[in-house]
Amino acid sequence: MALLTEEQVMLKDAAKGWVGERSPVSALRKLRDTDVDVAFDKAAWAEMGQMGWTGVIVPEAHGGSEFGYRSLGLVLEETGRTLVNSPLITTALFAASALTRGGSAAQKDAWLGKIAEAGAVIAPALDEQAHHHPARVALTAKKDGAGYVLDGKKVFVLDAMAADAFIVSARTSGQSGEEAGVTLFLVPADTAGIARTRLKTADSRGAGDVTFTGVKVSADAVLGAVDQGFGLLESVLDRTRAGLAAEMLGQASQAFEITLDYLKTRTQFGQLIGTFQALQHRAAKMFTELEMTRSCVEAALDAIDSNANDVRALCSLAKAKASETVHLVSNEMVQMHGGIGMTDAHDAGLYMKRARTSEALFGSASFHRDRYATLMGF
Amino acid sequence: MSDLEAFRSETRAWLEANYPPSLNEPMAEDDAPWGGRNYRPSNPDAKLWLERMGAKGWTAPMWPTQYSGGGLSADENRVLTQELTRIKARPALMSFGVWMLGPVLLEYANEEQKQKFLPPIVRGEIRWCQGYSEPGAGSDLAGLQTRCEDQGDHYLINGQKVWTSYADQADWIFCLVRTDTSKKHEGISFLLFDMKTPGVEARPIKLISGSSPFCETFFDNVKVPKDQLVGKLNGGWDIAKRLLQYERQNISAGGFGGGAGLEIEEAAKQFVGIEAGKLADTDLRTRIAAHKMDAKAFALTVRRAEAESKASRGPSAATSIIKYAAAKLNQDKCELMVEAMGTQGLGWEGEGFDPEGLKATRAWLRSKGNSIEGGTSEVNLNVVAKRVLGLLDHQ
Ligand SMILES: Cc1cc2nc3c(=O)[nH]c(=O)nc-3n(C[C@H](O)[C@H](O)[C@H](O)COP(=O)(O)OP(=O)(O)OC[C@H]3O[C@@H](n4cnc5c(N)ncnc54)[C@H](O)[C@@H]3O)c2cc1C
Repeated sequence: MALLTEEQVMLKDAAKGWVGERSPVSALRKLRDTDVDVAFDKAAWAEMGQMGWTGVIVPEAHGGSEFGYRSLGLVLEETGRTLVNSPLITTALFAASALTRGGSAAQKDAWLGKIAEAGAVIAPALDEQAHHHPARVALTAKKDGAGYVLDGKKVFVLDAMAADAFIVSARTSGQSGEEAGVTLFLVPADTAGIARTRLKTADSRGAGDVTFTGVKVSADAVLGAVDQGFGLLESVLDRTRAGLAAEMLGQASQAFEITLDYLKTRTQFGQLIGTFQALQHRAAKMFTELEMTRSCVEAALDAIDSNANDVRALCSLAKAKASETVHLVSNEMVQMHGGIGMTDAHDAGLYMKRARTSEALFGSASFHRDRYATLMGF
Repeated sequence: MSDLEAFRSETRAWLEANYPPSLNEPMAEDDAPWGGRNYRPSNPDAKLWLERMGAKGWTAPMWPTQYSGGGLSADENRVLTQELTRIKARPALMSFGVWMLGPVLLEYANEEQKQKFLPPIVRGEIRWCQGYSEPGAGSDLAGLQTRCEDQGDHYLINGQKVWTSYADQADWIFCLVRTDTSKKHEGISFLLFDMKTPGVEARPIKLISGSSPFCETFFDNVKVPKDQLVGKLNGGWDIAKRLLQYERQNISAGGFGGGAGLEIEEAAKQFVGIEAGKLADTDLRTRIAAHKMDAKAFALTVRRAEAESKASRGPSAATSIIKYAAAKLNQDKCELMVEAMGTQGLGWEGEGFDPEGLKATRAWLRSKGNSIEGGTSEVNLNVVAKRVLGLLDHQ
């Protein structure tokens, strides 16, 4: 496992410092309570661009630093710690990856530079049902002269309301559930026929449903190859899963540290509650799970950066492990705080709500366990 | 016809004549029948139902008739429950008074107090809240600090309670107070007072599920008549513990319910889908099955514990684990429910979410309190380990 370079350590420290000062959990609370369509702080997003975070995986030729997924993971881990709402996952990770790996020269020129300077938000519009299933694509893209017409609906699209463009999975042939026949399109959000509805989610992360009604796009909106988009989609999804797992590791680590701190300050029966073995062992087990998860997350990101041949299995591993760990730790955070953990004024509930959304996004632990088994050949 | 069968047919006839048909409609969200001075259900028949049941004493079926209770035997009470279940009757009354306070009043209060406090509980006229926990005294309840001073002709209360469920809506409070600072358990007394007494203030606290069912409750020079002390001065701890037993017993009888009306497997079928006759997600399928088995095991255990307690006229060993098991079961259920619903289980409000999904999300968040309220699971398990299993502290 590659240890961090000096530059990576600097990036991580910078991220930690910025997050603590500029975007603590109270920033999420404020966003939640102001009830706005765009669920992130645009000024903070611009700062992320200035600091180079949005261009970490963008090629240098397009204004990025080409610093790799592991590096982006370091930033995501820190933003995960304070539950920062930002389009890092959708734009700086998914879209940057999709464009870099599959975009035409024109698409790269048009969008990658913007991503690197936080000048655009691009949201993946993939799932059509309540559970992640990238091959279940019923949204149709029908040939129409030189272009295509898109019809269908995507649900729970992250950053839908803020998006300048969507990367949409569409069916150009075959049937929903089949991998062949899926084509990706990059579609500006102001294209006629696109309607979005904001979703008010429990975790206050921005999402929306997006409907496409007779949306006409030209042939150069295709991202990657026609009918053959699934391979590209899977590889980009895996990168996103690994990055999201890093963010979840941050969420879980912070939830754990807050809880550990409470065990060391709260007294009952004349002693710190952290002196009770019933709690000590559970804390030690959480620590074990966090260490395991960290190994998986780092391995997945390193595998992506070194183009290893087990990227898929490692990304499923990282996402499944991170899901289990953040689930456990967020539940224990509430329980070990007792009554105060049940109050909205305390942050425990915010971690738990964010945990469940993260768990469900881009495949739950169940989804990835199943995929892991398939990849392992059983 | 046996006496019991005669009772059954009388009961059935009475219910037919007295259960308001309009209550067959689903209950409105805020219409839980808590009774009390401010009870104004959106459907007035709910109040009528309470009045009719209260007049018969069937809101507290086994309490003695001299305190307006139903005076039923255990067997008759079971028949009544069966008949109520048969017609899917809404509860006439949900009440801390019936579940917790009444039973200890019957045991510890003097005759005057029983006459004064029990009948209004039965009729649902007075709604009670539980003033136990304090900021510094949760699991270590006996560490409570709310001061109660003897002022000759009255008591004077100063201090603070916290997590007091429905304190802002309750009429009266049963409250643990410190009457001797030189001792811990032996310095606690059990006091009753009106929440309208000058100096009482309840401030609602918002829960992670968005509702505000509990409060911080402050007492600033609250004057309480001396005849509202239950039991002996400094003898409140035994009453407090006894009440907690009733609280937990009540939970074991009813379990932690609430939340979505949908069964998990139905939600899973709807949101996950079916492949070859089975739930498409095999991992989720086995976990739901494991939960369903736990639920069955729990129901069988409750039934067995009841039967054993009845036979031995004392609590069965199984009762000690019921509260813990009930909390875990409901939490597992709620977790599986939101998981089965996928992103439909992650909504907060508004468009784009199935109403059942929104209910499930709130119920899931609320369920996290089940292993905290009424004594945490850790404390519950400590008690089992020490008292039931005889495992002593190493300290
Ligand atoms: C929804 C809800 C409703 C409530 N309603 C009421 C009410 O109406 N009236 C009322 O008086 N109170 C009420 N409570 C309060 C409840 O009784 C307390 O929250 C509970 O007893 C725990 O106390 P605490 O919150 O101070 O947690 P703490 O006692 O500080 O516990 C913190 C953590 O430490 C653990 N812990 C403590 N001691 C030990 C030990 N010896 N060994 C192992 N672990 C330990 C606990 O289990 C918990 O996980 C309610 C609570 C909730 C959540």
